[in-house]
Amino acid sequence: MLGVAHLSKRFDPVQALDDVTLDFPGGTVTALLGENGAGKSTLVRIIDGEHLPDTGQVLLDGQPVGLHSPRDARRHGIRVIPQEPEIVPHVSVAENVYIGALSKGFLFHGASLRKRVEQHIARLGFERMLRPDTLGRDLTPAQRQLVEILRALTTPAKVIAFDEPTSSLSEHEVTALFTLIRRLRDEGLAIIYVSHRLAEIFQIADRIAVLRDGKVAGVVAAQETTERAVVSMMVGRDLTTMFARDHVATTEPVLEVDEVNGISLTVHAGEVVALAGLVGAGRSEFCRALAGDLPIRGGSIKVDGQPVTIKHPWHAIRAGIVYAPEERKAQALLLGRPVRDNIVLAVLNRLRRWRFVRRRDESELARHFVNRLNVRTPTVGQLVSKLSGGNQQKVVLARWLARQPRLLILDEPTRGIDVGAKAEIYQIIAGLARDGMGILVVSSELPEVLGLADRIAVMKDGRVTGVLGRAEASEEAILSLAMGES
Amino acid sequence: MTALTTTGWWRDESREPLRRNLGLIGVLVALFGIGAIIRPDLYGDPQWVVDNTLVILQQAAAIGVVTVGMTFVIIGGGIDLSVGALIALAGVWSTTVATQSFGAGGMIFTAIIVGVLAGLVNGVLIAYGRLVPFIATLAMLVAARGLAAQISGKQTQVSNDQFINGLASSKVLGIPSLVLVLLAVAGLGWVLLNRTTFGRRTVAIGGNQEAARLAGINVRRHTMLLYALSGLCCGIAAIMLTSLATSSQAAAAELYELDAIAAAIIGGTLLSGGRGTVTGSLIGVVVFATITNLFAIANLPTEVQNMVKGGIIVFAVLVQQLKFKSVKQLLTRT
Repeated sequence: MLGVAHLSKRFDPVQALDDVTLDFPGGTVTALLGENGAGKSTLVRIIDGEHLPDTGQVLLDGQPVGLHSPRDARRHGIRVIPQEPEIVPHVSVAENVYIGALSKGFLFHGASLRKRVEQHIARLGFERMLRPDTLGRDLTPAQRQLVEILRALTTPAKVIAFDEPTSSLSEHEVTALFTLIRRLRDEGLAIIYVSHRLAEIFQIADRIAVLRDGKVAGVVAAQETTERAVVSMMVGRDLTTMFARDHVATTEPVLEVDEVNGISLTVHAGEVVALAGLVGAGRSEFCRALAGDLPIRGGSIKVDGQPVTIKHPWHAIRAGIVYAPEERKAQALLLGRPVRDNIVLAVLNRLRRWRFVRRRDESELARHFVNRLNVRTPTVGQLVSKLSGGNQQKVVLARWLARQPRLLILDEPTRGIDVGAKAEIYQIIAGLARDGMGILVVSSELPEVLGLADRIAVMKDGRVTGVLGRAEASEEAILSLAMGES
Repeated sequence: MTALTTTGWWRDESREPLRRNLGLIGVLVALFGIGAIIRPDLYGDPQWVVDNTLVILQQAAAIGVVTVGMTFVIIGGGIDLSVGALIALAGVWSTTVATQSFGAGGMIFTAIIVGVLAGLVNGVLIAYGRLVPFIATLAMLVAARGLAAQISGKQTQVSNDQFINGLASSKVLGIPSLVLVLLAVAGLGWVLLNRTTFGRRTVAIGGNQEAARLAGINVRRHTMLLYALSGLCCGIAAIMLTSLATSSQAAAAELYELDAIAAAIIGGTLLSGGRGTVTGSLIGVVVFATITNLFAIANLPTEVQNMVKGGIIVFAVLVQQLKFKSVKQLLTRT
């Protein structure tokens, strides 16, 4: 149905797409895979009419179509569901859904609009997940995505592209989304599915198209290939060991949490403990409480055996507990500042000589960590916003390693990061554990949890429902604790 | 991706403030050129040019000091609309008969304390009372003018202190004292912004308040201190204005907040915070003072002058939005 022929696009000095020819037949889910910078986003943006190709064309039912704006794309029935949909905070779901279509006609009838949206929601079977009256600002990431999908379906759509739709969804929301995608596919739509998560691609995709360095590395039927084969197609080499495991946990506790907000947990020196559970199980909330970001009610916390009181982030940091939050861009990075300023932020006081900080000292420190963590940046003066997700995460890690913490808390450390950078982050984590740091990881990706952790604490409804050692841990064991089946 | 390192020094991100400042100096040179075209007789005399430059700087001194404080507040992600009112309040309070009886030291001390305390009130309301900076300082603007009118009984209060009155006309090494005060404040401001943890934290808070807080910065206390710093600058500026007029009144320093904000903006300070330089703001102030001076020389009315100022603000921001690269592209395309 949709096809692209000989597409090329150059963003000086990078050849983002290089003679890409692909087709996306109707009634099929085609997964688009590739590392960051492989050209996936550029391709999606061209299909969405946001970028114009330098050469080549987009074909719809065999006919070339000129797509000069997302409006054009929509008129031809092509919709892209972005990772973070734009939602107007102060109006209802119903109005959010029709926000693009409201321009037709002058009169606005709230009740009928609401009714139409309710019908759409019912047709898709999402009555329990989304109400038409909820205000935009109260929506969860999953609901925001649903709103965007509803927007797409209010106009006749032929092609729907999902750009990493599951990065902020929990397992059961993913299941619901997949049910919806299959239904859309069975209605004859062409579905393009962009994602980093191999496991889910094998669940949902019929065909897998892999891009590497702007070229098509291969197109395969999902049933006829393996994860291993796809990964080596993506990176052009065989990633045999994603997870380095050469650290040994000690029995010396770094962090002892006793009944803090109802949770007790110990992390030992040199140990990686993962917090698993569904989104909303309270994992991030627990971590943020330890980091001084949310209030601590009751209980006691000890770091290296010494009791500590944590009421502000700086209490936690002084006690040796540092926290790399889930939302890198919103909560950790100064996007408008260079790599250097981002790295030294938490150690400014230590760089002070006679009350003054010197740029040279800052750059030196930043360069040290850029080398140690292999951050790919031309200079430490580069704006952090120009780095890839993986390198941005390394910058956040560098900021905290400069504090020489006792306990490093990582909340979804590899979200939105490509496979190669993920492996690097895993290696960094293992290296830190080897050096005797305690590490607490929150992750929604089960393979990551199983690969990284020495012990896995599973949470449900704000409580730890079980702690699994390495030997007893499996996806099934984690899920049954996380969903409360026994 | 390594191919991205096709850089000249002007393409380096950390050089961007320098590029902006060079652009502003270009504007100053252009203004000088316009002056030379309008009045070749005056601009042909080197002595007149030097004297006139000092006059411009003297006129820019008080607003310049305020702009330094404003720059910190804006870089930190806030705004201070109360600066003009705080100057009037500090000026009036330091020239009451009672205060004047303590002499110049007492007057200077009073002006600074009043400025800092009023700034602290702003800061506490914003940082701990969670008021939006625009609203808190707008309220302070109204209230401080009111208090100033109350204290002065709406009368102009004449300063009888010889030291204060003589300050504006005195020179050290041929440079007017007020200009030296401005240079000192700007110098200290530059050091504070670029070479201290306070400055780095200001930039961090303005760039991403949440990230700064999670990085262990006491964002509230810091925000409060930023407004106190702005208040301090207002106190200093109040003394400078009292010295220039040898008097104070509740209506003094009208619309200084807008001049200070405008100067900071054309100096490259981002209104949403996280970026800005003291040097840029200072050149912004001098650009405005030069325009005023130019209009005085050309005998044009202030109405025209204000229209030109408005245009300059828009023009400066538009030019800054053009990246150097795209300017180059524009030039090579034709």
